[in-house]
Amino acid sequence: MKLLVAVKRVIDYNVKPRVRMDGSGVDLANVKMSMNPFDEIAVEEAIRLKEKGVATEIVAVSIGPAKAQETLRTALAMGADRAILVQTDEEVEPLAVAKIIAKIAEEEQPQMIILGKQAIDDDNNATGQMLAALLGWPQGTFASKVEVSDSATVTREVDGGLETVKLNLPAVVTTDLRLNEPRYASLPNIMKAKSKPLATKSPGDYGVDVARRLETINVTEPAKRQAGIKVGSVDELVAKLKALGVAK
Amino acid sequence: MSVLVLVEHDGSNIKDATLATVTAASKLGEVHALVVGNNADGVGQAAAKIAGVAKVHVANSPALEHQLAEAVAPIAAKLMEGHDAFVAPATTTGKNIAPRVAALLDVMQISDILSVEGDDTFTRPIYAGNAIATVKSKDAKKVITVRTTAFEKAAAEGGSASVEQVDAAGDPGTSSFVGLEASESERPELTSAKVIVSGGRAFGSSEQFHSLLDPLADKLGAAVGASRAAVDAGYAPNDYQVGQTGKIVAPEVYLAIGISGAIQHLAGMKDSKTIIAINKDEEAPIFQVADVGLVGDLFKIVPELTEKL
Repeated sequence: MKLLVAVKRVIDYNVKPRVRMDGSGVDLANVKMSMNPFDEIAVEEAIRLKEKGVATEIVAVSIGPAKAQETLRTALAMGADRAILVQTDEEVEPLAVAKIIAKIAEEEQPQMIILGKQAIDDDNNATGQMLAALLGWPQGTFASKVEVSDSATVTREVDGGLETVKLNLPAVVTTDLRLNEPRYASLPNIMKAKSKPLATKSPGDYGVDVARRLETINVTEPAKRQAGIKVGSVDELVAKLKALGVAK
Repeated sequence: MSVLVLVEHDGSNIKDATLATVTAASKLGEVHALVVGNNADGVGQAAAKIAGVAKVHVANSPALEHQLAEAVAPIAAKLMEGHDAFVAPATTTGKNIAPRVAALLDVMQISDILSVEGDDTFTRPIYAGNAIATVKSKDAKKVITVRTTAFEKAAAEGGSASVEQVDAAGDPGTSSFVGLEASESERPELTSAKVIVSGGRAFGSSEQFHSLLDPLADKLGAAVGASRAAVDAGYAPNDYQVGQTGKIVAPEVYLAIGISGAIQHLAGMKDSKTIIAINKDEEAPIFQVADVGLVGDLFKIVPELTEKL
């Protein structure tokens, strides 16, 4: 069984994003970039399915700038077999990303596509669901457990509990935090990843128009919180909680 | 403009998230509600009473009992032939279904909106709320999810909309419901709780985390959260995690106890109405965002606080 995993190069989750003074966006110059944390979980899950003997080949895909090669090399070092970079300097929206991955899926015929549930930059939480819709496949979003046989049984993190669904294959799965703990690539595997195949394509190769549907008018910093007061005792804190109406 | 709102319900009751979504949708135009389920006529009647709802569409079918996205999306997409916008709460249900509807309509979704600035212009948080983007949609039809904490709830009573049955066909049969394991906790859910009590690595062990925080949470009727550091140390399960890579919360009151206030935690809770911090380090960054701070040893403060409440 072949698996496709999608990875995105984003600002590292430990970096505080700085909004540009002119309101045009977030300043990414000289900022540490990493693989989107939810996508790391997606790669890890694919590798575990391969280690269990369920999957035979893992193809990692990224849509982004030339530097997204580094992100794909990370996926290869973790254990993916080969990679496809659909190179563009545009900020591609989830709908266009889904269209490109759908075309790749038609070529590659994977039995499952695993993606992070959202990217921590634009926070859309949409690509996986859109991809599933375009392909007409079922979806297991926000997965905390994935079991694959001739179908996929996916446990989903929903508000208020865990929902389990059974999906016919092929299917799309998006990952939530509890699914697994991604491994660190070992140095030998990082070296080995350098010789794994990485194909470079363009959105045009797949006939997908990546023009944005959402125009960003401006990006601002959220209203800043003011530091408040310090209280000196638990009694004062209790009084504050009572004033807020949360304590009797 | 006519706006189709996805009603979130559990088969008998409408969830509060729906009411805030109706408020957001009413800023765009006439609100029609979509109730999808099995034997969901009761929910349809309840939706008809929500203030501001002009019409209710009910799709009933055994295949729709669990509101799986594969079955719901085609129904919503078909109804969108007669509507200009589809609006769903940005809950796990709405986030599961709405992008699927958007792709069927060839529309780029506007996720998690905080405000409606015009017919096609909205604000939404990006970078876990570290930046707010104003975006303008060029799509003829809109598909939107709503951050429900950003809008007042519409009144659940007072409306008298007409109710109409709609075609419930469209389940492709590619997915099925296996089960739901509801959270065992008697406590509210993190993402909808009015009060959250959150603990950090300073608790030192899973035992101390729970033995100190659980009684306090019970006294306050609060949900329990944790910082990533506490989760990584194994003191709390991962679904407790509040932060950029965990849950984004905005309760009325957020108590951060033994949490230093790393960027990635602040990103998940800084929209809380009131933040209360307890930490032994008075230089901890959490105090820069806290409305009320108490410097001291949590192992003394938390039991005393619990007792005095």
